[in-house]
Amino acid sequence: MIKVAGLKKAFGSGKDLVQAVDGVSFSAADGQITGLLGPNGAGKTTTLRMLYTLMRPDAGTLEVDGAEVRLDPDRVRRQLGVLPDARGLYKRLTARENIAYFGRLHGLTPAYIESRIALMSQALQLQDILDRKTEGFSNGQRVKVAIARALVHDPRNVVLDEPTNGLDVMSTRSLRRFMLELKAEGRCVLFSSHIMQEVAALCDRIVVIARGQVIADGSADELRAQAGESSLEDAFVKLVGADAEGMA
Amino acid sequence: MSTLTIVWWKEILENLRDRRTVISTFVFGPLFGPVLIAGFMAFAINQDVKRAEKDLEIPVIGAEHAPNLIAFLEQSGIKVVAAPADPKSAVRKREVDVVLTIPASYADEWRGGERARVELILDRSQMQAQQSIARLSETLLRYGQMTAAQRLLIRGIEPEVIAPIEIASLDQSTPQSRAGMLLAFFPYILILTVFAGASYLAIDTTAGERERHTLEPLLINPVSRASVMLGKLCATATFAFISLILCIVAFAFTIQLVPTGKLGITIVLGAREGLLLFLITAPIALVGAALQVMLAAFSKSYREAQTYLSLLVLLPALPSMIMAVNPIKAQEWMYAVPLLSHQLLIEQAVKGDVVETGHLLTSMLVTLLVAAVFAWMASRLYHRERLAISA
Repeated sequence: MIKVAGLKKAFGSGKDLVQAVDGVSFSAADGQITGLLGPNGAGKTTTLRMLYTLMRPDAGTLEVDGAEVRLDPDRVRRQLGVLPDARGLYKRLTARENIAYFGRLHGLTPAYIESRIALMSQALQLQDILDRKTEGFSNGQRVKVAIARALVHDPRNVVLDEPTNGLDVMSTRSLRRFMLELKAEGRCVLFSSHIMQEVAALCDRIVVIARGQVIADGSADELRAQAGESSLEDAFVKLVGADAEGMA
Repeated sequence: MSTLTIVWWKEILENLRDRRTVISTFVFGPLFGPVLIAGFMAFAINQDVKRAEKDLEIPVIGAEHAPNLIAFLEQSGIKVVAAPADPKSAVRKREVDVVLTIPASYADEWRGGERARVELILDRSQMQAQQSIARLSETLLRYGQMTAAQRLLIRGIEPEVIAPIEIASLDQSTPQSRAGMLLAFFPYILILTVFAGASYLAIDTTAGERERHTLEPLLINPVSRASVMLGKLCATATFAFISLILCIVAFAFTIQLVPTGKLGITIVLGAREGLLLFLITAPIALVGAALQVMLAAFSKSYREAQTYLSLLVLLPALPSMIMAVNPIKAQEWMYAVPLLSHQLLIEQAVKGDVVETGHLLTSMLVTLLVAAVFAWMASRLYHRERLAISA
């Protein structure tokens, strides 16, 4: 369960001040997939970075299963599995070593790490690449390893920042299947995207963000009704306004 | 395992798999200095020995005016040869070191008991000619003193009258201390090696990780940023230590190939001296690692970090340069200044002088403190929000 309330964050100062996030509030429930939908530069990544403790909010609260980000960041980190915007792998280490490194940093035992790797390599189909050095991996392979690495500690809450970015159709489909599995296991899945169809197909709940603010929040049907449009894309464009033109 | 150990081991493993890092840290870095110094010393010694052993050949103009002088020169191991047609230009063009000219007036002046003039055509700016010039001048002076003594004796005066002071040089340099003069470079090379040995890892584990987009996921783990930084610092220092040990070992071997025996010099670089060198230099390796990790965390990109660190390599050269321009006697306070104390202590160690425990401890303590300050600054930088943000 993830709760965000009154979140604010600005960058720069004086004339260059940019209010990247301006009072964002939403929640993401367990056993559901929640989508953060918004055009590029809407404040999605900044919101998520504050959630996964990489940035300090100027104002507002963020809670993960009752742990507050500013009061207990380590507990938040243990309860979150994160695929961040930056998702590089250590190219001179094998996929298995990459995953195990983060497992050890989480304080997990080697036996437990091995069992988690076995489980996830099945779910994500990593068997063939597990013991290869990650140099030269395709985009899809890299993202899959990065997700396995993020989930090595079996977190109840999963945050994915634009997970399908740069993936081909096959990788995208298998990633969507994996997200539905996470949901079926009762986890709270929060992901950001600017791709309409993806959000419509996966999400139980959609939070639309533009200019650092939440402008709509509900199921796909509710958003369509709110905008009075029959297609989600039209509803989205109407809700976001001119800013959304030119986006996928 | 603690976070520090986990991070340390991962950085070691990852960098040991990088051939470029391994070759530069474990082969070229540590070997460059010792091979350069040994090669340079061997060359210089061979040159010196050749000059000293060789009969000195001096072109003489007007040898017929002074047969006794010429005979004296020949007895003293100076071979008189015919002078070139244009002696001045021959000296300028370095074809000959020096030309002795005996004017026609010499014979008359000599017989008349006047000061007989001889001329040396030479070029003071020619370093390689100085030995020949000194030897010729000294021989001519000796001939003059001998003649003066004879003339005084004939007049019934003790020759001591015109030599009231006798200068006797009692050379206090030991064979090792003479070798130390040739080893003046050594402290610089040693410190340079540990700085360079730390350089690649310092950049790669901080600025490099950010550039490859791995720092953001790393810092989301439930670990303190200070311990992540310390793990990287320890890995950097480990590589610097290995560089240092290899450099000392390589030096111990290459120095044996230098024909120091020909100059009556022995350089002692055994296990004891090697260990001493390690003790002196290891703390400055920590400073190098901490300072470079700090700068790499401070810089915005890999390139920026490289720029800072390539300038930083000049820093260890400062004390050597200062000492070369303005050689000052070692003072107590100098042992409390990093780099300067290393210059002094390393020189003492290779010269075979006694390295005082108090000096060594002062230097180690102050240097470790400086390393701690840089590590603390690096830790502050690691806590900045923008450290992990790649874009």
